[in-house]
Amino acid sequence: MSVFSGFQFRKATTPIHNLDPRIKFILVIVIFAVAIMFIELPVLIVLFLGQLPIVFVAKVQREWIRSMRGASFLASLIFVTNLAFSYIYSSYHFTPSLFESAIALTMRFIVLVESFSIFFLTTSPDHLGLALEQSHVPFEFCFAFTTAVRFVPVLAEEAQTIMDAQKARGLELEKGNFMRRIRNYIPILIPLIVSAIRRSLELAEAMESRAWGAIKKRTNLYELRMRKGDYVLLILTFAVLVAAVYVRLYVHVPSLSGLLRL
Amino acid sequence: MIEVKDVYYTFPNGFEALKGVSMTIRDGEFIAIMGQNGAGKTTLVKHFNGLLKPSKGDVIVDGVTTRETSVAKLARNVGFVFQNPDHQLFCESVEEEIAFGLRNFGFEEALTKRRVEWALNLLDLVEYRRTSPFLLSGGERKRVALASVLAWDPKTVVLDEPTIGQDHQQKEKLRQFIVQLNSQGKTVVVVTHDIEFVAESNPRVVLMSGGKIVADGIAKEILTDEQVVARASIVPPQITQIFLQLADLGLPTNVIDVYDASSILREYMEAHLK
Repeated sequence: MSVFSGFQFRKATTPIHNLDPRIKFILVIVIFAVAIMFIELPVLIVLFLGQLPIVFVAKVQREWIRSMRGASFLASLIFVTNLAFSYIYSSYHFTPSLFESAIALTMRFIVLVESFSIFFLTTSPDHLGLALEQSHVPFEFCFAFTTAVRFVPVLAEEAQTIMDAQKARGLELEKGNFMRRIRNYIPILIPLIVSAIRRSLELAEAMESRAWGAIKKRTNLYELRMRKGDYVLLILTFAVLVAAVYVRLYVHVPSLSGLLRL
Repeated sequence: MIEVKDVYYTFPNGFEALKGVSMTIRDGEFIAIMGQNGAGKTTLVKHFNGLLKPSKGDVIVDGVTTRETSVAKLARNVGFVFQNPDHQLFCESVEEEIAFGLRNFGFEEALTKRRVEWALNLLDLVEYRRTSPFLLSGGERKRVALASVLAWDPKTVVLDEPTIGQDHQQKEKLRQFIVQLNSQGKTVVVVTHDIEFVAESNPRVVLMSGGKIVADGIAKEILTDEQVVARASIVPPQITQIFLQLADLGLPTNVIDVYDASSILREYMEAHLK
């Protein structure tokens, strides 16, 4: 469950938390796009390091490290498969560039996880819902989205209780071979799914008894407004995108091994 | 025997739930652990079968420290019935549900069958043996959960809030059942808010507040001590409240039992009204 806490929002007031969620989301998309545009390791390293100041300004280092640790298993899997397959593909000739491209692909994954982690760690689900609403997404979808986000920690806690209850009946999750271990989770998953369905039905009834959807045109107590910091970030974000496109089209990006040889 | 030795427990999020708890539970005792929400009751009993390991101090179950023993091993001797049966029911039939624990503990198939039969009879569930637990009523589900733990005959049974959401009749049945279990030699630990439930069964009472034990003794003394009870944010049983208000008549104040109360009042009236 600790992987979840690497993405779970905790209330705080830092310049990053106060930014408009829409702009932060655009930043995530741009980082995503740039990471996909480049396969050259130096650029990806710059992208990775470039986000670190945000982590420190938002003071979410601890949670951020937890999300990175959560991603490390998949990252190492990506590294190993890429290295193995490119090794086979290049008819068993090992070169430093094989190694570098495997690292680059892993780095691309890490950069994506990093940006999403920062986004979710610094954006409250309520703001996210507001942002969606003000972007003219139908309210039903906004509500479904914020509810889903809101219930992740609740479900995580419930899963923990169910695990305790089944362990108290002698269930050993870590026992047996791979298939057996997966089967061990059935006594956890069934009560969890049943209670999630039951909870959703109760939520639906509660919503209806409070006249959900009675008025088509909704108003909000809070409204998101762009401030100076938001405009600065927006301009910076576009600058990054434009620079990235320019470099991609007109500049030759050297590989890291090439850079090191200089 | 369960020995709790100066146990501290801090949750991963930094909340210190137990702050130096020491107690001993002898074999065959009936104990009610009481206190307000967040007093650390459930945290404490989760140490008895090793679901939680102390941050500091030791919990020793029958001479073995829970630190180095797996939950599965401890659970064989310390059965734990959770508050909400929906957190554990998952099988297709009541029978299967009861057999789950037995299979985990490696009971032979023939013995498993016998124990399931025994548990079905014990909790009056024979007619539901092939029914899905999800189709049963709340009270019945609670009984299935109880049967699924009692089936492997643990020496100690821990019940977390057994009376929540049950009507009076169900509660009385459950109380008699628990008292019966205890008289047959099982150690019973009940975590509860239900003061009337405790008053009627007169167990040893352990009062908790803010992660510490504030009182430990027989129910009759603990529940009638206004100051102690107030410290744990509990209201004395209604019978006790009446006798506390009648103290100026020279009546005893340590009454929690309805039958005791009526005989005391009868005696008083016979002596004064003639």
